[in-house]
Amino acid sequence: MNVQDKDRARDRSGAWENAGRTVGKPMPLVDGVEKVSGRARYTADLAEDALTGRILRSPVSHGRIVRIDTSAAEALKGVVAVVTGADCAMTYGVIPIAMNEYPMARDKVRYRGEPIAAVAALDAETAARALDLIEVEIEELPAYYIAADSRAPDAVLLHDNKAGNIEREVHHTFGDVAEGFREADLVAEDSFDCAEINHAMMEPHAALAEYDPEWERLTLHSVTQVPFYVHLMLARCLEMDSSRVRVVKPYVGGGFGARTETLNFEIIAALLARKVGGKVMMKLSREESFLTHRGRPNTQVKLKIGMTRDGRITATECEAVMSGGAYAGYGIVTILYAGALLHGLYDIPNIKYDGYRVYTNSPPCGAMRGHGTVDVRHAFESLLDRMARQLGLDPFAVRRANLLEAPLFTANGLMVNSYGLPECLDKVEKASGWAERKGKLPKGRGLGMACSHYVSGAAKPVHWTGEPHAVVAMKLDFDGSVTVLTGASDIGQGSTTIVALAAAEVLGIEMGRIRVVTNDSVITPKDNGSYSSRVTFMVGNAAIEAAKAMRAKLVAAAAKKLEVAPEEIECEGETFFVAGSSQSVLPFHDVAIAALAEEGTINVKGTFSTPIEAQGGKHRGGAVGSTMGFSYGAQVVEVSVDEDTGQIAVEKVWVALDCGYAINPLAVEGQIEGSVWMGMGQGLSEETHYIKGLPAHGNLTDYRFPTIAESPPIDVQIVESIDPLGPFGAKEAGEGALSGFPPALVNAVADAVGVDMNALPLTPDRLIEALTKLRRANKNRRAETREAV
Amino acid sequence: MKRVVSLTVNGREVEDIIPDNLLLIDYLRERRGLTGTKQGCDGGECGACTVLVNGRPRLSCVTLAASCAGAEVETVEAQAHGGRLSALQRAFHENLGAQCGFCTPGMIMTAEALLRDEPDPDEDRIREALGGNLCRCTGYVKIIRSVRAAAEELKA
Repeated sequence: MNVQDKDRARDRSGAWENAGRTVGKPMPLVDGVEKVSGRARYTADLAEDALTGRILRSPVSHGRIVRIDTSAAEALKGVVAVVTGADCAMTYGVIPIAMNEYPMARDKVRYRGEPIAAVAALDAETAARALDLIEVEIEELPAYYIAADSRAPDAVLLHDNKAGNIEREVHHTFGDVAEGFREADLVAEDSFDCAEINHAMMEPHAALAEYDPEWERLTLHSVTQVPFYVHLMLARCLEMDSSRVRVVKPYVGGGFGARTETLNFEIIAALLARKVGGKVMMKLSREESFLTHRGRPNTQVKLKIGMTRDGRITATECEAVMSGGAYAGYGIVTILYAGALLHGLYDIPNIKYDGYRVYTNSPPCGAMRGHGTVDVRHAFESLLDRMARQLGLDPFAVRRANLLEAPLFTANGLMVNSYGLPECLDKVEKASGWAERKGKLPKGRGLGMACSHYVSGAAKPVHWTGEPHAVVAMKLDFDGSVTVLTGASDIGQGSTTIVALAAAEVLGIEMGRIRVVTNDSVITPKDNGSYSSRVTFMVGNAAIEAAKAMRAKLVAAAAKKLEVAPEEIECEGETFFVAGSSQSVLPFHDVAIAALAEEGTINVKGTFSTPIEAQGGKHRGGAVGSTMGFSYGAQVVEVSVDEDTGQIAVEKVWVALDCGYAINPLAVEGQIEGSVWMGMGQGLSEETHYIKGLPAHGNLTDYRFPTIAESPPIDVQIVESIDPLGPFGAKEAGEGALSGFPPALVNAVADAVGVDMNALPLTPDRLIEALTKLRRANKNRRAETREAV
Repeated sequence: MKRVVSLTVNGREVEDIIPDNLLLIDYLRERRGLTGTKQGCDGGECGACTVLVNGRPRLSCVTLAASCAGAEVETVEAQAHGGRLSALQRAFHENLGAQCGFCTPGMIMTAEALLRDEPDPDEDRIREALGGNLCRCTGYVKIIRSVRAAAEELKA
């Protein structure tokens, strides 16, 4: 690997004082060899001797279930068990106050594709035939697919306790918005419509459930990002003691938020396994994986910004309406995030936010990379650029006029301790040649920029128990090896590698001495899972603390052996010696043996808890958006636009992200590239499309995310602001850059062809329509001018 | 219908009774235990299941196993030798061409076919050859770098 090349991308102006032996250098993933060799086992690879599970889904979007008859299916040879909503009367959901979903519908179906029944059979063909034999009678109800329709006064309620089909309204005002607008020289308003999108992780959903009736125990292997939530929901829905449940996460082929909630197929697989008293493999097709959804909702954003002549933002007013799908899922959190993260990027004294999360008869939305912030940030950065243009200001200058000065608390109580946005702006401005090239490119080619930020771990988990947010256990044994045990879920982002690096750094030992065991509830400590970019920050800190505890024991043993005080012991890599002496040097394994002689196998742990001041404002919903530190990003996008076809090509992206400190610069680069690119998909081509509730996008051809052919080079620069609370100063790196792409794209298209696009994605048909409108308007204006003359 | 089919899988000659409708991917994963080949879609959309049949990349999810009678089939499991990674595998590992790893076997097999034909492809050629292999993690930047790195190593 070209290490110099990696180092070139980094600004080491303020590197963490003690770090750098192991961390801070590009490191291939510790589980990478398994992945490239084909040895890595994902859930669907564990099928041996399991029965095949299949799900029967609702053919209508909204209706009352009148009758389900499974007798013919049960009588079919090769069918071992059939389950329906009657087999589980417990609801589940990710937010404790909003669990309103059954694994299989009971009285009502609320979206097309909702599970109604399931079978376990000897083989896939029999399972498919059995589904055909299940008779379902449904009395149809009116169905609504966009928020405006389900909010209509005469609309039928999806859930009886949710008037107006609104899951949650949020009304937050900070500062004096009216006064802010009075101080403005320019007040601009616009509306934006961002299409619903899906994670489309490469691995389709799968779960392997095994029930042992003798011990009354359940084991589930699944594709989850949060095994802990799955564990809780299995115990709840199967009404089992949680000690009888075991959840294992094998290799997972991406998640991007899709798997942060317990999903219906996981519980259905478990219900089937219990009914058959054995093992059931539930592999979902790609179409079913789309139906399971939990993607980013369609969001309509109305935004108003006040600005002084020199670019200072005086006030912001924002309304967001989300078509959230048929069940609560993460909805409350999403609609709160959208408002909360109007704060924390720029210094805006007055912000008003109104959010409406609305039920619709489509697959439930959920958390997706950049949870809650992306569509609102898109609107904000787009409108900011248009205002800059009106005032004759450079887009960079407008951002620089509104920078924060860390440390500070935002108007809504979010803690900001480190803030590398100014450096990010400098870096992408320079790298992209902005000053020389902006406005000077040929017609059809354009440059646009935008900024973004994201949390490094939600400071308050949704299942609040008072426990530490992260626990890492560490074992040292006779063989001199160190085993690290963590429940943190590596879904490809490289969290297992981060844990190994943190341990190696603090202990001063070689990576080969360390093994990390992850995600088996009978072995590894509980972890809150992989969401909100929490793992590096929280689990990284816990790993550091565990390693420090281990190191203290080793130093004490070395001191005893060398007959000096522990303070006199120094370490250099895997050797311990008395400070100032080159005589008494002990190798690591000798010290380990000496330490073991005291107490046998050494087990230590480290924990991380979020400080109270990081937990957000005291207002209702104030915990959402709160975090220990924000990543900050700026990016420039260059496009060329074919005005005849409406096709946009992204030529290049320059991005800089402040991730605090890059523990593994290789993975940080990979995360930034991946998130920028995912933002590109949302900006250019990704959208779900339903025809009377039937997904027309349920495959990887019609759901268009970019192929390698249209994916641009991405120039990544890492900014290290060294966060005072972060592990080695690190913050998140995997989400912050995403929300900058769609607005930078829109701004670049405006620069290239002079149209301001308000709907995402910028598909050729939308762009052609806008260009045609522009041409017509120009023609009319010329005609009017002629008449006036 | 079933028939007796002889074929070579990862260098091993095998004779199996294969139903006419058995897909190559299911044959490899379920009958031969070669789970390195991944199914990412419902048929022919994503490239994750790519294997080599007589040295050419093929989507095993839309290939009938019986149609491989007499053919040589290669999967990702056969790329390492004596436990040492192939040049492409090493390059994907060291350059982070694999994040979640699910598309990786298919990527490596398609790239393997490319490098056997053209040992020194430029970036455009790599984009063209890998156009049918989707990845959701990397933005493809490090995949292109990985293939280039393998080409450089093979040249050296």
